[in-house]
Amino acid sequence: MSILEGQGVTKYFGGLAAVSNVDFHIGQGEILGLIGPNGAGKTTLFNLISAAFPISSGEMRFKGHKLNGLKPHKICRLGIARTFQETKVFANMSALQNVLVGAFFGTPTHISGTDAAGEATQVLEFVGLPAMSMTPVKDLTLVNQKRTEVARALATKPELLLLDELMAGLTPTEVSESMELVTRIRDRGITILMVEHVMKAIMGICGRVMVLHNGEKIAEGTPQEIAANKKVIEIYLGVETHAGN
Amino acid sequence: MDISKFTSRKFLLVAGLVLAILVFLATFPIYGSNSAVGVWIIIMMYVILTVSWVMFSGSTGYMSLAVAAFFGIGAYTAAFLYPRTPGPLLPLPAVIIAGGLVSFIFALLVGLVTLRLKGMYFAIFTFGLSVLLYHIMVFYELQIQGFRGQRLTPITNQTAFYIVLVILVLTVLAAYLIRRSRLGLAMQSIGESEDAAAHMGVNTTMVKVITFAISAFFMGAAGAALAPKWGYIDPTVAFNMFYSFMPVLMAVFGGMRELYGPVVGAVIFAYTERALRLRFPYQYMLAFGIVLILIIIFLPGGLTGLVPKLQDKLRGVIARLRKGGQSEQHVNT
Repeated sequence: MSILEGQGVTKYFGGLAAVSNVDFHIGQGEILGLIGPNGAGKTTLFNLISAAFPISSGEMRFKGHKLNGLKPHKICRLGIARTFQETKVFANMSALQNVLVGAFFGTPTHISGTDAAGEATQVLEFVGLPAMSMTPVKDLTLVNQKRTEVARALATKPELLLLDELMAGLTPTEVSESMELVTRIRDRGITILMVEHVMKAIMGICGRVMVLHNGEKIAEGTPQEIAANKKVIEIYLGVETHAGN
Repeated sequence: MDISKFTSRKFLLVAGLVLAILVFLATFPIYGSNSAVGVWIIIMMYVILTVSWVMFSGSTGYMSLAVAAFFGIGAYTAAFLYPRTPGPLLPLPAVIIAGGLVSFIFALLVGLVTLRLKGMYFAIFTFGLSVLLYHIMVFYELQIQGFRGQRLTPITNQTAFYIVLVILVLTVLAAYLIRRSRLGLAMQSIGESEDAAAHMGVNTTMVKVITFAISAFFMGAAGAALAPKWGYIDPTVAFNMFYSFMPVLMAVFGGMRELYGPVVGAVIFAYTERALRLRFPYQYMLAFGIVLILIIIFLPGGLTGLVPKLQDKLRGVIARLRKGGQSEQHVNT
Protein backbone atom coordinates (compact mmCIF):
# COMPACT_ATOMS: atom_id res chain seq x y z
CA MET A 1 0.00 0.00 0.00
CA SER A 2 1.32 3.45 -0.89
CA ILE A 3 1.65 6.05 1.83
CA LEU A 4 2.56 8.84 -0.59
CA GLU A 5 1.71 9.05 -4.26
CA GLY A 6 2.63 11.69 -6.78
CA GLN A 7 1.24 12.11 -10.26
CA GLY A 8 2.73 14.39 -12.89
CA VAL A 9 4.56 16.35 -10.22
CA THR A 10 6.08 19.41 -11.88
CA LYS A 11 7.85 22.51 -10.64
CA TYR A 12 8.99 25.42 -12.77
CA PHE A 13 11.46 28.06 -11.64
CA GLY A 14 10.91 30.68 -14.29
CA GLY A 15 11.20 28.72 -17.54
CA LEU A 16 13.27 25.95 -16.01
CA ALA A 17 11.53 22.72 -15.07
CA ALA A 18 13.33 21.68 -11.87
CA VAL A 19 10.99 18.71 -11.51
CA SER A 20 9.17 17.58 -14.61
CA ASN A 21 6.15 15.31 -14.75
CA VAL A 22 7.39 12.84 -12.13
CA ASP A 23 5.13 9.97 -11.09
CA PHE A 24 6.20 8.21 -7.93
CA HIS A 25 4.92 6.27 -4.98
CA ILE A 26 6.33 5.35 -1.60
CA GLY A 27 5.17 2.12 -0.01
CA GLN A 28 4.19 1.95 3.63
CA GLY A 29 7.23 1.00 5.75
CA GLU A 30 9.86 1.04 3.00
CA ILE A 31 13.10 2.96 2.66
CA LEU A 32 13.11 4.63 -0.74
CA GLY A 33 16.37 6.13 -1.96
CA LEU A 34 16.39 9.16 -4.23
CA ILE A 35 19.58 9.66 -6.21
CA GLY A 36 20.81 11.65 -9.15
CA PRO A 37 23.43 14.22 -10.14
CA ASN A 38 23.51 17.65 -8.52
CA GLY A 39 20.68 19.77 -9.88
CA ALA A 40 18.59 16.73 -10.76
CA GLY A 41 15.66 18.00 -8.69
CA LYS A 42 15.94 15.78 -5.62
CA THR A 43 15.77 18.54 -3.04
CA THR A 44 13.12 20.33 -5.09
CA LEU A 45 10.96 17.22 -4.90
CA PHE A 46 11.50 17.20 -1.11
CA ASN A 47 10.50 20.85 -0.96
CA LEU A 48 7.35 20.13 -2.95
CA ILE A 49 6.34 17.26 -0.66
CA SER A 50 6.96 19.33 2.48
CA ALA A 51 5.31 22.39 0.86
CA ALA A 52 8.34 24.64 1.18
CA PHE A 53 7.03 26.00 -2.11
CA PRO A 54 3.89 25.31 -4.14
CA ILE A 55 3.70 22.73 -6.88
CA SER A 56 3.33 24.06 -10.46
CA SER A 57 1.20 21.18 -11.67
CA GLY A 58 0.38 17.60 -10.81
CA GLU A 59 -0.81 16.32 -7.48
CA MET A 60 0.34 14.41 -4.45
CA ARG A 61 -1.68 12.33 -2.03
CA PHE A 62 -0.60 11.31 1.46
CA LYS A 63 -2.71 8.42 2.78
CA GLY A 64 -5.40 9.58 0.38
CA HIS A 65 -5.29 13.27 1.49
CA LYS A 66 -4.51 15.72 -1.25
CA LEU A 67 -1.44 17.77 -0.29
CA ASN A 68 -1.80 20.55 -2.87
CA GLY A 69 -2.14 24.00 -1.32
CA LEU A 70 -1.32 23.00 2.27
CA LYS A 71 1.13 25.07 4.33
CA PRO A 72 4.34 23.48 5.68
CA HIS A 73 3.09 23.32 9.28
CA LYS A 74 -0.05 21.48 8.12
CA ILE A 75 2.03 18.98 6.18
CA CYS A 76 4.08 18.36 9.30
CA ARG A 77 0.97 17.84 11.43
CA LEU A 78 -0.40 15.41 8.84
CA GLY A 79 2.61 13.21 9.54
CA ILE A 80 5.38 14.16 7.11
CA ALA A 81 8.60 15.39 8.72
CA ARG A 82 11.90 16.34 7.15
CA THR A 83 15.52 17.27 7.69
CA PHE A 84 17.50 19.72 5.59
CA GLN A 85 20.44 19.35 3.24
CA GLU A 86 22.16 22.34 4.84
CA THR A 87 21.24 21.69 8.46
CA LYS A 88 18.70 24.17 9.75
CA VAL A 89 18.92 23.58 13.46
CA PHE A 90 17.84 26.24 15.96
CA ALA A 91 21.48 27.11 16.47
CA ASN A 92 21.40 29.02 19.75
CA MET A 93 19.03 26.63 21.50
CA SER A 94 19.93 23.37 23.23
CA ALA A 95 19.21 20.02 21.57
CA LEU A 96 16.33 19.50 24.00
CA GLN A 97 14.76 22.85 23.11
CA ASN A 98 15.18 22.04 19.41
CA VAL A 99 13.34 18.79 19.85
CA LEU A 100 10.69 20.36 22.11
CA VAL A 101 9.62 22.59 19.20
CA GLY A 102 8.82 19.47 17.20
CA ALA A 103 7.10 17.78 20.15
CA PHE A 104 4.92 20.81 20.96
CA PHE A 105 3.87 21.88 17.48
CA GLY A 106 4.38 18.93 15.16
CA THR A 107 1.36 16.87 16.15
CA PRO A 108 -2.28 17.70 15.44
CA THR A 109 -3.28 17.18 19.09
CA HIS A 110 -2.44 19.37 22.07
CA ILE A 111 0.36 17.96 24.20
CA SER A 112 1.15 18.83 27.83
CA GLY A 113 4.53 20.21 28.85
CA THR A 114 5.43 17.06 30.77
CA ASP A 115 4.51 14.79 27.86
CA ALA A 116 6.46 16.96 25.41
CA ALA A 117 9.55 16.87 27.65
CA GLY A 118 9.22 13.09 28.00
CA GLU A 119 8.84 12.64 24.27
CA ALA A 120 11.81 14.93 23.56
CA THR A 121 14.07 13.12 26.02
CA GLN A 122 13.07 9.78 24.54
CA VAL A 123 13.81 10.70 20.90
CA LEU A 124 17.12 12.29 21.87
CA GLU A 125 18.13 9.04 23.53
CA PHE A 126 16.93 7.17 20.46
CA VAL A 127 19.28 9.10 18.15
CA GLY A 128 22.07 8.89 20.73
CA LEU A 129 22.30 12.42 22.09
CA PRO A 130 22.45 13.41 25.76
CA ALA A 131 19.08 14.99 26.63
CA MET A 132 20.31 17.08 29.53
CA SER A 133 23.04 18.94 27.65
CA MET A 134 22.54 22.72 27.70
CA THR A 135 25.13 23.28 24.96
CA PRO A 136 23.75 25.38 22.10
CA VAL A 137 23.40 23.15 19.05
CA LYS A 138 25.70 25.38 16.99
CA ASP A 139 28.57 24.14 19.17
CA LEU A 140 27.88 20.47 18.40
CA THR A 141 29.73 18.49 15.71
CA LEU A 142 28.12 18.14 12.27
CA VAL A 143 26.95 14.58 12.94
CA ASN A 144 25.33 15.62 16.21
CA GLN A 145 23.63 18.59 14.56
CA LYS A 146 22.22 16.18 12.00
CA ARG A 147 21.09 13.85 14.76
CA THR A 148 19.39 16.80 16.45
CA GLU A 149 17.51 17.43 13.21
CA VAL A 150 16.45 13.80 13.00
CA ALA A 151 15.34 13.84 16.64
CA ARG A 152 13.42 17.07 16.08
CA ALA A 153 11.67 15.52 13.10
CA LEU A 154 10.90 12.32 15.00
CA ALA A 155 9.38 14.33 17.85
CA THR A 156 6.61 15.41 15.45
CA LYS A 157 5.57 11.74 15.33
CA PRO A 158 5.81 11.39 11.56
CA GLU A 159 4.63 8.46 9.46
CA LEU A 160 6.87 9.55 6.61
CA LEU A 161 10.34 10.97 7.19
CA LEU A 162 12.25 12.82 4.48
CA LEU A 163 16.02 12.72 5.01
CA ASP A 164 17.99 15.11 2.80
CA GLU A 165 21.62 13.97 2.58
CA LEU A 166 21.92 12.76 6.13
CA MET A 167 25.30 11.17 5.39
CA ALA A 168 26.95 14.07 3.55
CA GLY A 169 30.16 15.22 5.21
CA LEU A 170 30.28 12.38 7.73
CA THR A 171 33.20 10.04 8.43
CA PRO A 172 32.87 6.34 7.40
CA THR A 173 32.14 5.36 11.02
CA GLU A 174 29.48 8.04 11.33
CA VAL A 175 27.96 6.90 8.03
CA SER A 176 27.65 3.35 9.39
CA GLU A 177 26.07 4.66 12.59
CA SER A 178 23.65 6.79 10.61
CA MET A 179 22.70 3.84 8.39
CA GLU A 180 21.95 1.87 11.51
CA LEU A 181 19.89 4.81 12.86
CA VAL A 182 17.84 4.99 9.65
CA THR A 183 17.13 1.27 9.85
CA ARG A 184 16.04 1.62 13.47
CA ILE A 185 13.69 4.46 12.50
CA ARG A 186 12.14 2.27 9.81
CA ASP A 187 11.77 -0.51 12.38
CA ARG A 188 9.61 1.88 14.42
CA GLY A 189 7.19 1.76 11.50
CA ILE A 190 8.20 5.04 9.92
CA THR A 191 8.45 5.15 6.14
CA ILE A 192 11.60 6.84 4.82
CA LEU A 193 12.44 8.76 1.69
CA MET A 194 16.12 9.64 1.56
CA VAL A 195 18.20 11.73 -0.80
CA GLU A 196 21.76 10.52 -0.69
CA HIS A 197 25.03 10.66 -2.59
CA VAL A 198 26.77 8.12 -0.37
CA MET A 199 26.16 5.01 -2.48
CA LYS A 200 27.19 2.67 0.32
CA ALA A 201 24.22 3.91 2.31
CA ILE A 202 21.81 3.69 -0.62
CA MET A 203 22.93 0.15 -1.50
CA GLY A 204 22.99 -0.92 2.13
CA ILE A 205 19.61 0.08 3.44
CA CYS A 206 17.22 1.10 0.65
CA GLY A 207 14.62 -1.38 -0.49
CA ARG A 208 14.05 0.59 -3.66
CA VAL A 209 15.80 3.44 -5.48
CA MET A 210 14.49 6.17 -7.76
CA VAL A 211 16.84 8.12 -10.04
CA LEU A 212 16.22 11.70 -11.16
CA HIS A 213 18.08 13.48 -13.92
CA ASN A 214 17.31 16.99 -15.14
CA GLY A 215 14.04 16.89 -13.22
CA GLU A 216 12.84 13.66 -14.83
CA LYS A 217 12.64 10.19 -13.44
CA ILE A 218 14.98 8.01 -15.48
CA ALA A 219 14.99 4.78 -13.49
CA GLU A 220 13.44 2.99 -10.57
CA GLY A 221 14.08 -0.38 -9.00
CA THR A 222 16.01 -2.36 -6.43
CA PRO A 223 19.54 -1.13 -5.62
CA GLN A 224 20.96 -4.02 -7.65
CA GLU A 225 18.89 -3.15 -10.71
CA ILE A 226 19.89 0.51 -10.43
CA ALA A 227 23.57 -0.36 -10.05
CA ALA A 228 23.37 -2.35 -13.28
CA ASN A 229 21.24 0.16 -15.20
CA LYS A 230 23.25 1.43 -18.18
CA LYS A 231 21.63 4.85 -18.30
CA VAL A 232 22.21 5.46 -14.59
CA ILE A 233 25.83 4.40 -14.86
CA GLU A 234 26.36 6.72 -17.79
CA ILE A 235 24.74 9.74 -16.15
CA TYR A 236 25.44 9.34 -12.48
CA LEU A 237 27.39 6.41 -11.17
CA GLY A 238 30.15 6.46 -13.75
CA VAL A 239 32.26 3.61 -15.10
CA GLU A 240 34.91 2.25 -12.81
CA THR A 241 38.35 3.07 -14.14
CA HIS A 242 41.73 2.38 -12.73
CA ALA A 243 44.42 4.93 -12.23
CA GLY A 244 47.35 4.25 -14.50
CA ASN A 245 45.29 2.68 -17.27
CA MET B 1 27.03 21.61 45.20
CA ASP B 2 23.36 21.15 45.94
CA ILE B 3 21.67 22.61 42.86
CA SER B 4 18.13 22.85 44.25
CA LYS B 5 19.39 24.86 47.19
CA PHE B 6 21.25 27.15 44.82
CA THR B 7 18.26 27.69 42.56
CA SER B 8 15.85 28.27 45.41
CA ARG B 9 18.26 30.78 46.94
CA LYS B 10 18.53 32.46 43.56
CA PHE B 11 14.76 32.45 43.28
CA LEU B 12 14.39 34.09 46.69
CA LEU B 13 16.97 36.69 45.72
CA VAL B 14 15.12 37.57 42.52
CA ALA B 15 11.73 37.61 44.25
CA GLY B 16 13.12 39.84 47.02
CA LEU B 17 14.66 42.21 44.51
CA VAL B 18 11.45 42.47 42.49
CA LEU B 19 9.46 43.09 45.69
CA ALA B 20 11.90 45.78 46.83
CA ILE B 21 11.66 47.55 43.47
CA LEU B 22 7.86 47.36 43.57
CA VAL B 23 7.72 48.76 47.11
CA PHE B 24 10.11 51.53 46.13
CA LEU B 25 8.02 52.44 43.10
CA ALA B 26 4.65 52.10 44.80
CA THR B 27 5.65 54.45 47.64
CA PHE B 28 7.67 56.84 45.51
CA PRO B 29 4.89 59.42 44.87
CA ILE B 30 4.45 59.76 48.67
CA TYR B 31 7.92 61.13 49.31
CA GLY B 32 9.18 62.03 45.84
CA SER B 33 8.84 65.57 44.47
CA ASN B 34 6.32 66.19 41.72
CA SER B 35 9.05 66.60 39.12
CA ALA B 36 10.81 63.42 40.26
CA VAL B 37 7.49 61.58 39.88
CA GLY B 38 7.31 63.01 36.36
CA VAL B 39 10.79 61.71 35.58
CA TRP B 40 9.86 58.22 36.80
CA ILE B 41 6.72 58.21 34.66
CA ILE B 42 8.91 58.73 31.60
CA ILE B 43 11.41 56.10 32.75
CA MET B 44 8.64 53.56 33.29
CA MET B 45 7.12 54.48 29.94
CA TYR B 46 10.42 53.64 28.24
CA VAL B 47 10.65 50.36 30.16
CA ILE B 48 7.15 49.44 28.92
CA LEU B 49 8.00 50.34 25.32
CA THR B 50 11.33 48.51 25.43
CA VAL B 51 10.07 45.35 27.11
CA SER B 52 7.09 45.13 24.76
CA TRP B 53 9.34 45.77 21.76
CA VAL B 54 11.67 42.95 22.84
CA MET B 55 8.61 40.72 23.41
CA PHE B 56 8.14 40.56 19.64
CA SER B 57 11.31 41.78 17.94
CA GLY B 58 13.86 40.41 20.39
CA SER B 59 13.00 36.76 19.90
CA THR B 60 11.71 36.65 16.33
CA GLY B 61 14.40 38.96 14.97
CA TYR B 62 11.80 41.01 13.11
CA MET B 63 12.91 44.59 13.64
CA SER B 64 9.78 46.64 14.23
CA LEU B 65 9.94 50.44 14.04
CA ALA B 66 6.20 50.73 14.61
CA VAL B 67 6.41 51.54 18.32
CA ALA B 68 5.61 55.18 17.57
CA ALA B 69 2.59 54.08 15.52
CA PHE B 70 1.09 51.97 18.33
CA PHE B 71 1.99 54.49 21.03
CA GLY B 72 0.35 57.25 18.97
CA ILE B 73 -2.77 55.19 18.32
CA GLY B 74 -3.13 54.69 22.07
CA ALA B 75 -2.58 58.39 22.72
CA TYR B 76 -5.18 59.44 20.13
CA THR B 77 -7.68 56.86 21.38
CA ALA B 78 -7.33 58.49 24.81
CA ALA B 79 -7.70 61.94 23.24
CA PHE B 80 -11.03 60.97 21.66
CA LEU B 81 -12.35 59.13 24.74
CA TYR B 82 -11.01 61.48 27.43
CA PRO B 83 -11.32 64.98 25.91
CA ARG B 84 -11.29 68.20 27.92
CA THR B 85 -14.59 69.26 26.30
CA PRO B 86 -17.17 67.87 26.72
CA GLY B 87 -15.31 65.88 29.37
CA PRO B 88 -14.42 62.19 29.72
CA LEU B 89 -16.64 59.74 27.85
CA LEU B 90 -15.34 56.72 29.74
CA PRO B 91 -13.64 56.19 33.11
CA LEU B 92 -9.85 56.38 32.93
CA PRO B 93 -9.07 52.64 33.30
CA ALA B 94 -11.47 51.88 30.44
CA VAL B 95 -9.73 54.52 28.32
CA ILE B 96 -6.33 52.90 28.94
CA ILE B 97 -7.68 49.46 28.01
CA ALA B 98 -9.35 50.92 24.91
CA GLY B 99 -6.04 52.50 23.88
CA GLY B 100 -4.37 49.12 24.17
CA LEU B 101 -7.18 47.31 22.36
CA VAL B 102 -7.29 49.68 19.40
CA SER B 103 -3.52 49.25 18.99
CA PHE B 104 -3.93 45.49 19.35
CA ILE B 105 -6.55 45.27 16.61
CA PHE B 106 -4.61 47.60 14.35
CA ALA B 107 -1.47 45.47 14.82
CA LEU B 108 -3.47 42.32 14.08
CA LEU B 109 -4.68 43.71 10.75
CA VAL B 110 -1.32 45.18 9.79
CA GLY B 111 0.47 42.00 10.89
CA LEU B 112 -1.71 39.76 8.74
CA VAL B 113 -0.81 41.79 5.67
CA THR B 114 2.85 42.47 6.31
CA LEU B 115 4.47 39.81 8.45
CA ARG B 116 5.39 37.93 5.31
CA LEU B 117 7.93 40.69 4.73
CA LYS B 118 11.34 39.74 6.01
CA GLY B 119 14.41 41.49 7.32
CA MET B 120 14.99 45.00 6.13
CA TYR B 121 11.66 45.18 4.30
CA PHE B 122 9.71 44.66 7.50
CA ALA B 123 11.76 47.34 9.29
CA ILE B 124 11.18 49.81 6.47
CA PHE B 125 7.47 49.01 6.34
CA THR B 126 6.98 49.56 10.06
CA PHE B 127 8.97 52.78 9.86
CA GLY B 128 6.71 53.87 7.00
CA LEU B 129 3.64 52.95 9.03
CA SER B 130 4.64 55.33 11.83
CA VAL B 131 5.30 58.14 9.37
CA LEU B 132 2.04 57.45 7.51
CA LEU B 133 -0.07 57.61 10.67
CA TYR B 134 1.64 60.86 11.63
CA HIS B 135 0.69 62.41 8.30
CA ILE B 136 -2.86 61.03 8.42
CA MET B 137 -3.40 62.72 11.78
CA VAL B 138 -1.85 65.98 10.57
CA PHE B 139 -4.18 65.87 7.59
CA TYR B 140 -7.17 65.04 9.79
CA GLU B 141 -6.51 67.85 12.23
CA LEU B 142 -5.74 70.57 9.72
CA GLN B 143 -8.17 69.65 6.93
CA ILE B 144 -11.12 68.10 8.78
CA GLN B 145 -10.93 69.22 12.38
CA GLY B 146 -9.70 72.67 11.43
CA PHE B 147 -7.11 73.14 14.14
CA ARG B 148 -4.02 71.35 15.35
CA GLY B 149 -3.84 69.15 18.46
CA GLN B 150 -6.20 67.55 20.98
CA ARG B 151 -6.88 68.70 24.52
CA LEU B 152 -7.50 66.04 27.13
CA THR B 153 -8.96 66.12 30.61
CA PRO B 154 -5.69 66.36 32.52
CA ILE B 155 -4.75 63.91 35.28
CA THR B 156 -2.23 64.49 38.07
CA ASN B 157 1.29 63.11 37.98
CA GLN B 158 0.37 60.82 40.86
CA THR B 159 -2.56 59.24 39.01
CA ALA B 160 -0.48 58.87 35.86
CA PHE B 161 2.35 57.34 37.88
CA TYR B 162 0.20 54.58 39.31
CA ILE B 163 -1.48 53.83 35.99
CA VAL B 164 1.88 53.57 34.26
CA LEU B 165 3.19 51.41 37.11
CA VAL B 166 0.29 48.98 36.66
CA ILE B 167 0.91 48.81 32.91
CA LEU B 168 4.60 48.27 33.59
CA VAL B 169 3.95 45.36 35.96
CA LEU B 170 1.52 43.76 33.51
CA THR B 171 3.96 44.21 30.60
CA VAL B 172 6.86 42.59 32.44
CA LEU B 173 4.58 39.82 33.69
CA ALA B 174 3.30 39.14 30.16
CA ALA B 175 6.85 39.13 28.80
CA TYR B 176 7.90 36.70 31.54
CA LEU B 177 4.98 34.34 30.90
CA ILE B 178 5.44 34.41 27.11
CA ARG B 179 9.14 33.61 27.49
CA ARG B 180 8.30 30.54 29.55
CA SER B 181 5.41 29.39 27.38
CA ARG B 182 5.30 27.36 24.19
CA LEU B 183 4.48 30.60 22.38
CA GLY B 184 7.88 31.88 23.51
CA LEU B 185 9.56 28.69 22.29
CA ALA B 186 7.82 29.08 18.92
CA MET B 187 8.98 32.69 18.59
CA GLN B 188 12.53 31.72 19.49
CA SER B 189 12.51 29.00 16.86
CA ILE B 190 11.23 31.50 14.28
CA GLY B 191 14.11 33.81 15.18
CA GLU B 192 16.59 30.95 14.73
CA SER B 193 15.21 29.54 11.48
CA GLU B 194 11.75 30.42 10.28
CA ASP B 195 11.80 27.71 7.58
CA ALA B 196 12.69 24.97 10.00
CA ALA B 197 10.08 26.21 12.49
CA ALA B 198 7.35 26.02 9.85
CA HIS B 199 8.41 22.51 8.86
CA MET B 200 8.28 21.44 12.52
CA GLY B 201 4.61 22.37 12.69
CA VAL B 202 4.83 25.95 13.97
CA ASN B 203 2.12 28.12 12.44
CA THR B 204 4.63 30.91 11.95
CA THR B 205 2.21 33.51 10.60
CA MET B 206 -0.18 33.13 13.51
CA VAL B 207 2.57 33.17 16.14
CA LYS B 208 4.07 36.33 14.68
CA VAL B 209 0.78 38.16 14.27
CA ILE B 210 -0.42 37.31 17.78
CA THR B 211 2.75 38.42 19.54
CA PHE B 212 3.05 41.50 17.36
CA ALA B 213 -0.47 42.42 18.49
CA ILE B 214 0.16 41.61 22.18
CA SER B 215 3.24 43.83 22.19
CA ALA B 216 1.21 46.58 20.47
CA PHE B 217 -1.40 46.36 23.24
CA PHE B 218 1.10 47.51 25.86
CA MET B 219 2.51 50.23 23.61
CA GLY B 220 -1.01 51.54 23.01
CA ALA B 221 -1.85 51.41 26.71
CA ALA B 222 1.29 53.43 27.46
CA GLY B 223 0.25 56.04 24.90
CA ALA B 224 -3.24 56.21 26.38
CA ALA B 225 -1.77 56.74 29.86
CA LEU B 226 0.68 59.44 28.86
CA ALA B 227 -1.73 61.53 26.78
CA PRO B 228 -3.95 62.72 29.69
CA LYS B 229 -0.82 63.29 31.79
CA TRP B 230 0.36 65.75 29.14
CA GLY B 231 -3.17 67.16 28.76
CA TYR B 232 -2.48 68.04 25.13
CA ILE B 233 -1.21 65.99 22.21
CA ASP B 234 -0.65 66.57 18.54
CA PRO B 235 0.81 64.27 15.87
CA THR B 236 4.36 65.42 16.59
CA VAL B 237 4.02 64.38 20.23
CA ALA B 238 2.03 61.19 19.71
CA PHE B 239 3.79 59.74 16.65
CA ASN B 240 7.30 60.88 17.53
CA MET B 241 9.80 58.56 15.81
CA PHE B 242 11.88 58.75 18.96
CA TYR B 243 9.48 56.21 20.46
CA SER B 244 10.41 53.80 17.69
CA PHE B 245 14.16 54.23 17.91
CA MET B 246 14.68 54.51 21.66
CA PRO B 247 13.38 51.02 22.58
CA VAL B 248 15.75 49.50 20.01
CA LEU B 249 18.73 51.39 21.44
CA MET B 250 17.70 50.65 25.03
CA ALA B 251 17.27 46.95 24.31
CA VAL B 252 20.64 46.71 22.55
CA PHE B 253 22.22 48.72 25.39
CA GLY B 254 20.77 46.50 28.10
CA GLY B 255 21.01 43.18 26.28
CA MET B 256 18.13 40.97 25.17
CA ARG B 257 19.05 37.48 26.35
CA GLU B 258 17.44 37.84 29.75
CA LEU B 259 14.17 39.51 30.64
CA TYR B 260 15.87 42.05 32.91
CA GLY B 261 18.25 43.20 30.17
CA PRO B 262 15.82 45.56 28.44
CA VAL B 263 14.57 46.77 31.83
CA VAL B 264 18.08 47.66 32.97
CA GLY B 265 18.89 49.23 29.62
CA ALA B 266 15.75 51.35 29.57
CA VAL B 267 16.11 52.55 33.18
CA ILE B 268 19.76 53.57 32.84
CA PHE B 269 19.27 55.09 29.41
CA ALA B 270 16.13 57.03 30.33
CA TYR B 271 17.35 58.11 33.76
CA THR B 272 20.71 59.43 32.62
CA GLU B 273 19.02 61.14 29.73
CA ARG B 274 16.54 62.92 32.02
CA ALA B 275 19.10 63.69 34.70
CA LEU B 276 22.00 64.81 32.55
CA ARG B 277 20.66 66.11 29.28
CA LEU B 278 19.35 69.36 30.68
CA ARG B 279 22.49 70.10 32.67
CA PHE B 280 25.15 69.01 30.21
CA PRO B 281 23.36 68.81 26.86
CA TYR B 282 26.40 68.59 24.58
CA GLN B 283 28.71 66.56 26.79
CA TYR B 284 25.88 64.17 27.56
CA MET B 285 24.93 63.38 23.97
CA LEU B 286 28.59 63.08 23.02
CA ALA B 287 29.38 60.70 25.87
CA PHE B 288 26.25 58.69 25.21
CA GLY B 289 27.05 58.24 21.55
CA ILE B 290 30.51 56.98 22.43
CA VAL B 291 29.23 54.62 25.12
CA LEU B 292 26.66 53.18 22.73
CA ILE B 293 29.27 52.57 20.03
CA LEU B 294 31.63 50.92 22.53
CA ILE B 295 28.86 48.65 23.77
CA ILE B 296 27.86 47.54 20.28
CA ILE B 297 31.48 46.80 19.36
CA PHE B 298 32.68 45.17 22.57
CA LEU B 299 29.50 43.90 24.21
CA PRO B 300 27.20 42.50 21.55
CA GLY B 301 25.22 40.92 24.40
CA GLY B 302 24.59 44.36 25.91
CA LEU B 303 25.28 45.50 29.43
CA THR B 304 23.64 42.48 31.03
CA GLY B 305 25.53 40.20 28.63
CA LEU B 306 28.48 40.96 30.92
CA VAL B 307 26.94 39.02 33.81
CA PRO B 308 27.55 35.45 32.55
CA LYS B 309 31.01 36.48 31.32
CA LEU B 310 31.94 37.81 34.75
CA GLN B 311 30.50 34.69 36.37
CA ASP B 312 32.68 32.53 34.13
CA LYS B 313 35.76 34.59 34.98
CA LEU B 314 34.97 34.39 38.67
CA ARG B 315 34.53 30.62 38.48
CA GLY B 316 37.85 30.34 36.66
CA VAL B 317 39.62 32.36 39.33
CA ILE B 318 38.05 30.32 42.12
CA ALA B 319 38.97 27.04 40.42
CA ARG B 320 42.54 28.20 40.03
CA LEU B 321 42.78 29.28 43.66
CA ARG B 322 41.47 25.91 44.76
CA LYS B 323 43.90 23.93 42.65
CA GLY B 324 46.73 26.03 44.05
CA GLY B 325 50.30 26.31 42.76
CA GLN B 326 50.24 23.19 40.62
CA SER B 327 47.69 24.48 38.15
CA GLU B 328 49.33 27.88 38.14
CA GLN B 329 52.48 26.22 36.90
CA HIS B 330 50.38 24.44 34.31
CA VAL B 331 48.88 27.74 33.18
CA ASN B 332 52.30 29.30 32.87
CA THR B 333 53.71 26.59 30.64
